[in-house]
Amino acid sequence: MNFYPEFEVVRNDSRCIRCRVCERQCANEVHWYDEDGKIMLSDESKCVNCQRCVTLCPTRALKIVKSDCRLRENANYSDQTIKEIYRQAETGGVLLSSMGNPNPLPVYWDKILINASQVTNPPIDPLREPMETRVFLGKKPDHITRNEDGSLDTKLAPQLSLSMPVMFSAMSYGSISYNAHASLARAASALGIYYNTGEGGLHEDFYKYGKNTIVQVASGRFGVHKDYLEAGAAIEIKMGQGAKPGIGGHLPGTKAVGDVSKTRMIPEGSDAISPAPHHDIYSIEDLRQLVYSLKEATEYRLPVIVKVAAVHNIAAIASGIARSGADIIAIDGFRGGTGAAPTRIRDNVGIPIELALAAVDKRLRDEGIRNNVSIICGGSVRSAADVVKAIALGADACYIATAACLAMGCHLCRSCHTGKCNWGIATQRPDLVKRLNPDIGSQRLINLMDAWRHEIKELMGGMGINSIEALRGNRLMLRGVGLTEKELEILGISHAGE
Amino acid sequence: MKRIYVKEEWCLGCHLCEYNCAFANSGMTDMVKALRGKTIYPRIQVEQDENGVTYAVSCRHCKDPICVKSCIAGALSKKDGVIEIDHSKCVGCLTCVLVCPYGAVVEDGSGVAQKCELCMKNTCGSPACVKGCPNGAIVYEDRGDAE
Amino acid sequence: MIPLEGQVRIPSGCAVSAMISRDGRRMNGERIIESMVPMHDRSNGLGGGFAAYGIYPEYKDFYALHIFFNNRSAQAECMALLKEYFEIVQDEHIKVRKMPQITDEPIIRRVFVSPMQSVLRHLQIDEKELVVRVVNRINAEPVGSYVFSCGKNMGAFKAVGFPEDVGRYYRLEEYEAYCWTAHGRYPTNTPGWWGGAHPFCLLDYSIVHNGEISSYDANRRFIEMYGYKCTLQTDTEVITYIADYLLRRQGLTLDEAAAVIAAPFWSTIEGKSDADKEKYTYLRTVFPSLLVTGPFSIILGFDGGLMALNDRLKLRSMVVGEQDDMVYIASEEAAIRVMAPDIQNIWSPAGGEPVIVRVKEGAF
Repeated sequence: MNFYPEFEVVRNDSRCIRCRVCERQCANEVHWYDEDGKIMLSDESKCVNCQRCVTLCPTRALKIVKSDCRLRENANYSDQTIKEIYRQAETGGVLLSSMGNPNPLPVYWDKILINASQVTNPPIDPLREPMETRVFLGKKPDHITRNEDGSLDTKLAPQLSLSMPVMFSAMSYGSISYNAHASLARAASALGIYYNTGEGGLHEDFYKYGKNTIVQVASGRFGVHKDYLEAGAAIEIKMGQGAKPGIGGHLPGTKAVGDVSKTRMIPEGSDAISPAPHHDIYSIEDLRQLVYSLKEATEYRLPVIVKVAAVHNIAAIASGIARSGADIIAIDGFRGGTGAAPTRIRDNVGIPIELALAAVDKRLRDEGIRNNVSIICGGSVRSAADVVKAIALGADACYIATAACLAMGCHLCRSCHTGKCNWGIATQRPDLVKRLNPDIGSQRLINLMDAWRHEIKELMGGMGINSIEALRGNRLMLRGVGLTEKELEILGISHAGE
Repeated sequence: MKRIYVKEEWCLGCHLCEYNCAFANSGMTDMVKALRGKTIYPRIQVEQDENGVTYAVSCRHCKDPICVKSCIAGALSKKDGVIEIDHSKCVGCLTCVLVCPYGAVVEDGSGVAQKCELCMKNTCGSPACVKGCPNGAIVYEDRGDAE
Repeated sequence: MIPLEGQVRIPSGCAVSAMISRDGRRMNGERIIESMVPMHDRSNGLGGGFAAYGIYPEYKDFYALHIFFNNRSAQAECMALLKEYFEIVQDEHIKVRKMPQITDEPIIRRVFVSPMQSVLRHLQIDEKELVVRVVNRINAEPVGSYVFSCGKNMGAFKAVGFPEDVGRYYRLEEYEAYCWTAHGRYPTNTPGWWGGAHPFCLLDYSIVHNGEISSYDANRRFIEMYGYKCTLQTDTEVITYIADYLLRRQGLTLDEAAAVIAAPFWSTIEGKSDADKEKYTYLRTVFPSLLVTGPFSIILGFDGGLMALNDRLKLRSMVVGEQDDMVYIASEEAAIRVMAPDIQNIWSPAGGEPVIVRVKEGAF
C-alpha cells in the first residue's frame, strides 16, 4: 500500500544555486539533479528527516516539513497506528524502531524543580570558589580498618574516579561506527570520565584508551576474551537495556563487516543475535557467579557494573544485585535509546528512570546497603539539570548516549536500524562513516561535557553546595510540580510550596 | 607560514568548498545573488581518483613557484610567502595554468588566470573553504616552511 | 497551624561560645552566660542552651539523662520504659529560677541511670549503644518525653528564650565545669520548642552549631541507614549523629572526622605528602555522604575536650582565643573579650581546619 510520504522536501528554488550538496550527502537518495530542466528534484518517500541536506545547504534553500496529508482524524486510531497496521498487514513482520521512546509519556525531570539559597545560607559562586564534581564509583567499606601502627588501612575495593558524574553509555562498535567510537574514547580520555564498549568488543585501535573504557559483557558474549576484559577500567554485565527490556540485541549481518565482525569474533556477514537472557544466568545466584568469575579473571582489579533495565520490580532487583558482589548498578530507564528495537517493546515496556532511581536509592538505604554499590542512572538524561536532579534523587553518576550522539551530529531521525546514518554515526558504510571526523566529534563531546560541568557547578553553587557528594541523595533540594501524592511519595520529594 | 592543507581522509566530496570559494571571491554579500544560475569558477577544486577518494586542490604557495617564473607579464609574484596574481597585468596566455604541477591555477571564466590567494584580498578574513568545510577536511595551519 | 520542630525543616542562624580549661579547673557558668550578652542580636529568643562537662563528679559513673516531659503521664510512661533497661540511681528535678522571660516550661528532670548488665548480655551490645538505642526510641516516639542530654559527668541545659536568660533560669552559676559551650538560636520559622534548642547531645557528645548546612538531606539519608533517626530535622541533630558515627562507631580520630565533615578540597589534597594524600583521598572516598557543605561553625564537646570546626569555605565567623590554660571559642571576638578581657592571643582558624583542645590527662 502506498502512503503519501511522511515528510515533504520544500525547496525554495529562488535560493537554490544547484550546488548539489543535498544530492551528494543524502544516503537515502532523496535528491537528484535533472540536467534537462536544470533543476533539483526529490523523491520524498525516501526522506527520513535527518536534516543532513538542510544543514549543509549553503543558501538555506531547503527545509523538510511534516506532511499534512492525513488520514481521517481519529483520536483512537492515530495516523501512525493505522499505517503501522497497514505495514504489518503487508509484511507480516515485527516493527522496528530506533533511539528512545518518542511518545508523550510523563518526563518527571521536567516536573521537578531545584532549590537555591536565599538569606539563611549563602549561594556560592563557582567562578570564585572551588566547586567539586569528582566522584568515585564502587563499593565502600562498612568499617574502616587500621594498620598495626594505628594509621588507616587505605586499601579499597576498586573504584572508578570520574572528574564529573557523567559517562558515555554503552553503544557497540557495529551499532555505531568506528569514528563514533573513536570520538567517544578520545573525549572520555580527555575529560577523565568513561565510555562504554557496548556488546561489540573493543577494536584493537582503542585499547590505548583502556583507562577510560568500560568493557561490556552481554548475553551474546561477542568480542569477550581475557585481553578485552583486562583492557578496561571496569566490566559491565549487561542484563538489560531500557529501550528493550526483556529482549536481546540484533546486529544485522549487513553491519557485521570487516573490523566489526573481527572485533565481535563472528563470521563476516552473519547476524549477531544476543539472546534475551544470559544463558548462564537464570537467577540472582547465577549473577553472583558471573560477577565473581569476571572478578577472578581480572584478579579483582576492576569494579563490576551490572546494568539492568528499569522494570516494575526494579527496587527488589537492585537489592539483589547489591548483594551479588557487584560494585555498581546501572539502571536504564524506558526512554533510553537503541540502535534498533521492536517498536512495541521500546514504546510499552519498562518504567521511567526517575521513579526507578528514587525507588532503588530508597530501597538500598532502607536495607542499609546503599554503601555496597554505586548507582548509575541512564535512560534519557538530557541536560545538566537532569544530571543534578538525578544526583539529588540518589544517583552517583549518569550515563548519557543520546545526548552524546546529538553532540556528534545525530539529528534524532530514529532511522539507525536502516544503517544509512547520514551523520556517520549509526552506520558501517565507509563513505558515511568518514562523515564523522573524530577530531570534530571528540571536541564537540568535550565541549558538551565542559558546558554541563559549568552548569552543574552553577546549580550546585546556587544551592550552597560546593561538592557533588553533598548533593547525592539530597532530595530536600528538589520539589515537584503538578505531581500526585503517590508520585511525590515514590520520588521522595515534597511538592513545591511545601 | 599558514597554508591550506587537505586531509583526504575526511573529504566527503560534497564540493561545498568550491561554492564557498566562488562566493567569497565574488565580491557580493549574498550567495544566492552571487552564484544562482551561474557557472562557478572556484580557485579550489575537488578531485576524485579512480578509487572514489576525493580531495580538494588549491594553490600550495610553493617555495620555488614555477608559475611565477613562467609568467610572461609579471602578473604573478610572491609576497610574504603568498603567491599573488595581478589581474590587471595578466594577458591571458595561461602558461601558468599549463606549468602548475598541481593544477591549482585555473582560468577565471573571462580568459585570465586566477588562483587561491588565501582569501587575503576579499572580505572573508580567512580562507572560506576552510571555514565552510563540514568535516574538517581542509585546514589552515602553520606546519613550518617545508614545501 | 504553624508546624512544630520535627514536622518541618527549620533553618537557623546562631551564636556559639565555649570555654575550656586545659588544666581541668572547674569554673562556674557565670562567664559563659556573660559571653552570650554581646551576641544578643545573633539570637531571636527562640532558643538558648549550654553544655557543661565535669559537673557531676559524684555521679560520674552514671549516665545523666536530662529529660523534658510534657505531662505526668508521659513521665510515668518514659520512666517505666527506662526501668526496663536501666537501674535508676537518682531521679530529681533540675533546679530552675522562675522568670518572666522563660515560659511554657515542661517538666524538667535529671535521672542518673546505670545500664542493667542482664540487658546488655541479652542484647549483646555495649552500654553506650544501649543508651543510644533507648534514647533514640524515646525521642522518636511522640509520647511527650524528650531526652536532651545523656552523657556521663556532663549535661545540657536548654530552653526557649535568649541564652543569657536560659543560663540564669537553669542557675548555671551553681554548676562547676572544666568545659562550657553555649548557644543562642535564631530559627527562621518556628514557634520554638525546648527540645529544638542547642546544644544537641548524644552520650557525651554535645554540639552547638551556627549555620545552615546545604548538604542536610544527603547527610541525613546516609546516617539514617545506621539506626539514627533525625526526628528534629535540624542541622545540629544530624551533625551530632555524624560525630557519633565517625568517632564512636567507626573509631576515627578527631582529625580524621574533621577531614570527613569539612573535607579538604581535592586540589588541596593534591598538594599534600603522599601519606596524607592517601589518607585524605581514602576518607573522602569512603565517607562522601558525610561531607557537610554550607556555612557552619560547630563546637563539638566531648568527655575531656572539645573540637571547633568551620565549614571549608569559612562561610561563618568563628574566632579562637588562648590565655594560660584557657581556650575560648566564639562566633564573635566580643564574646571572648567578655570572658577574658585582657586576652592577647586571638585568631581566626581557617575553613575546615579543626581546633582541638584536650584537657590534660587525668586532670578531670
